Amino acid sequence: MTIHPSLRPASSSAFVETIQKHAKLLIPPIVCTAVLLTVWQLLCLAPDTKMPGPIRVLQQTYELILNPFYDDGGTSKGLGWQIWISLQRVMIGYSLAAIVGIALGVLIGMSQFMRRGLDPMIQVLRTVPPLAWLPLALGIFQSSDPAALFVIFITAIWPIVINTALGVQQIPQDYNNVAKVLRLSGREYFFNILVPSTVPYVFGGLRIGIGLAWLAIVAAEMLKAEGGIGFFIWDAYNAGNENSMSEIIIAVLYVGLVGLALDRLVSYLGSLIVSEN
Amino acid sequence: MQTLINEDFTPQTLQPDPFLVVDNLSKVYPTKSGDYTVLDQVNLTVSEGEFVCVIGHSGCGKSTLLDMVSGFRQPSSGEVRLQGKQITQPGPDRMVVFQNYSLLPWKTAFENVYLAVNSVYPDKPKKDKEDIVHKHLAMVGLEEAANKKPGQLSGGMKQRVSIARALAIYPQVLILDEPFGALDAITKEELQEELLQIWTEHRVTVLMITHDIDEALFLADRVVMMTNGPAAKIGEILDIPFPRPRIRTQIMEDPHYYTLRNQALDFLFSRFATHD
Ligand SMILES: Nc1ncnc2c1ncn2[C@@H]1O[C@H](COP(=O)(O)OP(=O)(O)OP(=O)(O)O)[C@@H](O)[C@H]1O
Ligand SMILES: [Mg+2]
Repeated sequence: MTIHPSLRPASSSAFVETIQKHAKLLIPPIVCTAVLLTVWQLLCLAPDTKMPGPIRVLQQTYELILNPFYDDGGTSKGLGWQIWISLQRVMIGYSLAAIVGIALGVLIGMSQFMRRGLDPMIQVLRTVPPLAWLPLALGIFQSSDPAALFVIFITAIWPIVINTALGVQQIPQDYNNVAKVLRLSGREYFFNILVPSTVPYVFGGLRIGIGLAWLAIVAAEMLKAEGGIGFFIWDAYNAGNENSMSEIIIAVLYVGLVGLALDRLVSYLGSLIVSEN
Repeated sequence: MQTLINEDFTPQTLQPDPFLVVDNLSKVYPTKSGDYTVLDQVNLTVSEGEFVCVIGHSGCGKSTLLDMVSGFRQPSSGEVRLQGKQITQPGPDRMVVFQNYSLLPWKTAFENVYLAVNSVYPDKPKKDKEDIVHKHLAMVGLEEAANKKPGQLSGGMKQRVSIARALAIYPQVLILDEPFGALDAITKEELQEELLQIWTEHRVTVLMITHDIDEALFLADRVVMMTNGPAAKIGEILDIPFPRPRIRTQIMEDPHYYTLRNQALDFLFSRFATHD
């Protein structure tokens, strides 16, 4: 990836051209990342900093990075397993949020009464951060796993509700006129007009929702969770040994990368379905 | 021809009501600066199978009038009756060809027409419904494009699908609001001829808004000319006597054609000219 284009034999000009095009896209992020890492390293040269520099992080965690799937029993697992556990949690909480959110969104979009009635509540609840839901959820469920699912659910649901409702409301008048003159039944209207014209909006909501669900994972796994990347971070912090900071940094980086992958996955699925139409 | 309303249900009045009656129809829109009367006591009767064109300056209330026949808007006073029954809401017996085609973009041409046929004749066997769709797509020369979505069709083709959809449900009245306004001259003439041919086969009653005098003279049995708004009325009705089937070149050679054309032009641009 970092091979400089001029070092490649110019066997075909088209090949060189693509390399050059990619180089234009790749060089700026590589340069900026390198500069940032250098600055970080230099800052950490200060004698009594608690923050490890990037080289030290790698030294302290390369075993973790190289063995993502070890399992020593209990919650002592590789980062791959921890992420897998978290992903399962997010998938359950997020799926529930998607089902309930879309249903609620359709209801709100179709009924002015429901829209007026529920809008104030939604506007308030959607701004509550995941961490604020956690004690409440633990209090209700008395157990950390369902509480974690609830936190993910309640964090992810709002954009799904809001976007679905918006999608239903924006169904073009033309399509509704066709439905009226043909006197489409409720079922026919739902499947032939409402669903297809709302799908792009729903996927917009689902995409924001998956981002939020993943954002909530560290908070959701903060207390007494049975494994997971969030648990891993808190566990490393509580262990407080010399490797802790490096482990946390690597785990946080993984959280970011997985979040990006999830976002891309949902928008890819969305583009598949939308282009179907 | 198939009818959706059983003839037996026609109310027994002393004088049998004509097929379609626009009876003292007025439409007033409330606006911030007071009430705005668009149509003021409009009267019109249309017989079954007749082809009527409505012509008038922009904003005089043509769409408003036809929307009250299709049932999308409610009269402020007066009423529209179809076979003696007051019109209160849209229905497939008065199918509309919408100005912007209004095809569902996620459905193919075939599926767009099928949706209409299926919702109006849910009890017909699937095979029959598919045959109806194919027959009507063939009528507008679109068999080949049956599996294309509206995004892949030209404006003229979209309007053809829209017409096929409208006729495939065998409406009693076909309502078209400036159906060919956005099309190029050649496509427009082709579609006019197709529409005439289909109308002959279906014997459907047609109400059509147009801005094009030649189009109205070629298609219509009668041309309804509206006065300018506000409070527009029907100013004059031209009877178009040319025999059918009509051939465009023959009609245009007919000296009577120019008498009628001048009459319409005189109405629109001298007696009811717009001053802007
Ligand atoms: N919902 C409404 N509220 C207030 N005024 C309206 C409304 N709908 C239409 N009008 C007014 O009624 C008048 C007639 O409108 P209409 O659409 O029927 O005209 P039209 O003859 O179809 O014009 P065009 O040829 O441009 O389509 C216009 O002056 C318009 O501004
Ligand atoms: Mg109009």
